[in-house]
Amino acid sequence: MNEQPKPKKQIGAPMNRVDARQKVTGAATYSAEYQLPNMTYAVLVGSTVTKGRLTGIDTKAAERAPGVLAVITHLNAPKPPSPKPEGKDPSQPQTQGNPLQVFNDDKIRFNDQPIAVVVADSWERARYAAGLVQAQYAKEAHQTNLEANADKAFLPTAAKKNPKHPMNDYQRGQVDAYKTGAVKLESEYVIPTEVHHPMELQAITAHWEAPDRLTLYDKTQGTLATRRDFAKQWNLPEENVKVIATYVGGAFGNALHSWPHESAAILAAKVVNRPVKLMLTREQMFTMVGYRPYTWQKLGMSATPDGKITGITHESIGQTSTYEEFTEATLAQTRMMYQSPNVTTRYRLAALDIGSPIWMRGPGEATGAFALESAMDEMAYLLNLDPLEFRLRNYTDEDPEKNKPWSTKFLKECYKLGADRIGWSKRQLKPGSLRDGDWLIGYGMGVGTFGAHRGAATVGAQLLPNGTVLLQCATTDIGPGTGTAMTQIAADTLGISPDKIKFELGNSSFPKAVTQGGSSTVNSVGPATQEACLALKDKLRTLAGAAFSTAKAEDITFEGGQTVMRNDANGKLPLQIGLRNNPSVKVSYSDILRQNGQQNVSATVEAKPGGEGQKYSMYSFSVHFAEVRVHQLTGEVRVSKLVSCADAGTIVNEKTAGNQMKGGAVGGIGMALMEHARIDDRFGRYVTKDFADYHVPVHADSPAVEVAFVNQPDPHVNALGTKGIGEIAIIGVAPAIANAVFNATGKRIRELPITPDKLI
Amino acid sequence: MNPEHDTPGSAHDEARRSFLKQSSLLTAMALVPGPLVQAASAELDEKVAAVFEKIPLKLEVNGIKHKLSVEPRTTLLDLLRENLNLTGTKKGCDYGQCGACTVHVDGQRVNSCLSFAVMHEGKKITTIEGLADGDKLHPMQEAFIKHDGFQCGYCTPGQIMSAVACIREGKADSEGEIREYMSGNICRCGAYSNIVAAIQEVKGGGQKV
Repeated sequence: MNEQPKPKKQIGAPMNRVDARQKVTGAATYSAEYQLPNMTYAVLVGSTVTKGRLTGIDTKAAERAPGVLAVITHLNAPKPPSPKPEGKDPSQPQTQGNPLQVFNDDKIRFNDQPIAVVVADSWERARYAAGLVQAQYAKEAHQTNLEANADKAFLPTAAKKNPKHPMNDYQRGQVDAYKTGAVKLESEYVIPTEVHHPMELQAITAHWEAPDRLTLYDKTQGTLATRRDFAKQWNLPEENVKVIATYVGGAFGNALHSWPHESAAILAAKVVNRPVKLMLTREQMFTMVGYRPYTWQKLGMSATPDGKITGITHESIGQTSTYEEFTEATLAQTRMMYQSPNVTTRYRLAALDIGSPIWMRGPGEATGAFALESAMDEMAYLLNLDPLEFRLRNYTDEDPEKNKPWSTKFLKECYKLGADRIGWSKRQLKPGSLRDGDWLIGYGMGVGTFGAHRGAATVGAQLLPNGTVLLQCATTDIGPGTGTAMTQIAADTLGISPDKIKFELGNSSFPKAVTQGGSSTVNSVGPATQEACLALKDKLRTLAGAAFSTAKAEDITFEGGQTVMRNDANGKLPLQIGLRNNPSVKVSYSDILRQNGQQNVSATVEAKPGGEGQKYSMYSFSVHFAEVRVHQLTGEVRVSKLVSCADAGTIVNEKTAGNQMKGGAVGGIGMALMEHARIDDRFGRYVTKDFADYHVPVHADSPAVEVAFVNQPDPHVNALGTKGIGEIAIIGVAPAIANAVFNATGKRIRELPITPDKLI
Repeated sequence: MNPEHDTPGSAHDEARRSFLKQSSLLTAMALVPGPLVQAASAELDEKVAAVFEKIPLKLEVNGIKHKLSVEPRTTLLDLLRENLNLTGTKKGCDYGQCGACTVHVDGQRVNSCLSFAVMHEGKKITTIEGLADGDKLHPMQEAFIKHDGFQCGYCTPGQIMSAVACIREGKADSEGEIREYMSGNICRCGAYSNIVAAIQEVKGGGQKV
């Protein structure tokens, strides 16, 4: 590519979303909203015990109920040829073991595990009949409590097998050096199970269009990962499986894995030989589509009296299921965020009789940051230092874990932006200093970081006869506005108006791309979009030369959506244009096509990372400042102000990016103050089953969140300069709130969520 | 004049009579021991079941009159989504806790998952698909676009229907009041700040909603 994008016009602009009209009119079609002829409806029946074996299952009444087409259990389910798909995340093979196989055997591994699926000609009939299925079990003793099983915690198998695996113990300097430090602390922190709960219930419409051709309208963050899993399960060539996820109603990580209900719907569609629609209930969203795992952590820290950290030891035990080893980067931030000569981290898992967890927004880092950033606050108090000043004294100008320079790091700039906006100078070091009547006021901060990940992505670009450009990519958009950002990138690269560009996504038949997860979409698909558009322009240049007899490529440039041909010394511009003596002539893209007698011109380009990751440590950074009001009699906590500042490289669209940051902050309020999926360990069953028990922030819980971006391009991650936003939007929010609660009340809450009972 | 859609054989004028007849039969069956009910229902073939289970219903959705035959256990939400192909109204919990299914029934906002379709005999329903005036978007839809009052878009139809009602109810006079009276509509993406800004703009603009 010998041409750089034209001066930025659309990139950075607060453009409205390209799919906004569909979303505000109800025209956006989600995975349970496709109308297919002969549609049928499936409802899952779940196990009422937590561990054991099915000894009998009576489906007769269900089978005879009106409208019922099939009742499928382990006794009659057709066995897929290869019933062991791999874990779904293609980029990081961290998950060991096999996702649960539905109706494969009589074994019960967790409560509400699907034991049958009922298919009927209406949803009401399927639901009614599902209630008629009777099962008998041989119960076994189960374990669902992490703390009771902490002594059985183990190093993940992947780490045991590979000494270089990031889940291995980490050591820099002396082991557990904090124990001999001048000023030291040692605290334990707990994050309970939290559930993603996107507003769209997990749903799939499965349709066998032929005995060997399967189409899935599925809620997934990765159309290609889903295609790969089910092609493998049914031993089909990948091109015979089509996965469509044009609109995804939120996911936050829970559509990064192939789940039992997807297998069940595909099986059911095979059995009834009609399309099957299966939508989970809100209760089922707790039990079988992942969650942020309950995690216990212990953090020890030491510092010199003048505020230099001398040692950190961070240990954690996260829960996983008995059939998969789910791991996440809980301890990553501790290894690289602060300058400490001695750092020890130890990560362990406890396998419990529950469904598998899956990455939930800001996955392990958000969990780990709660411990690290709370401990930073605790240490600042021990040192009698402003927590912001304490962080500045331990700021790192290069990555202390990998001993590499940062690709870019503008965290100090974030601190400044945020401190000014929250009014940090009003904060008093002594807890309980500020009050307004019965309300105690406090301020706190928390820092977040996440790797600026980039994967390979391919985008296809096509110039159509009417001068519009169609771009296609298999990536998905679960809410951040991927299609909008890509349209802006394409508009700048091609020099045409965004309304002449259409970016299609969410279809496994399109050119391949990364799964939407780990804040990597714009980092990966953005450059592919840019390069596909540049390749398209190269082809146009060739065509322009051919059509208009202009010899040299460098005489052809682009301006305002038109091809500009400079007249060379010999005046070789075509006579038919009649501009022989003009210094240059402009020809529209569509005229070039017409002159060449072509309907369209297209280019498909793969863009992938180079060696930049070897040279640099690449991370996004954020800081969150919270102002809270705590009622001194009731213990009610209100977040009255939240300021989130990010160093996320180039901001492609400040409107959608700002929205994404605000959303992460709201998620952090949930994490800090209300979210807790609670199991009654006697039965191994969730007692929180819906939004009445499992609270997420509503309008009244959410202040107007203020967002500020440093907006400095990172020259190393990609040519656009982006670093990613999705995760850093939530990482560090919960400790900012917990620290503000301490500042208001003097009470240090180390077990989330911070409910009133913990404050009074 | 509104177009009228008939469902063949619905015999709407007999709706009330046959509803009473069927509901007393249902009541009677509910009093019979479970195994007997199961045995009885097992003997019903599809045709009998269809007649037995369904009730005529007449209602108007987005200005279109429908004569339908629906099961009494069908919620208004499922009727809209599965029978009338109006999937703009979303299912988020089925318990009236999330607001994604909010529609207007005779101008009032209602969680359509919490009411049975047959409870709306003769009523006028407005869904998100019926809010715009042809191609011209409702001011609230325009404001949601401008202020980016959504991310994934799944809660959006419910938020917009609720927002319009919130202004009509006179409960949008301050940011705090909007937050309170919009709290039945959950947005897990967390676009609350932008939703409130959109509502404030429409309210401040003084347009008729």
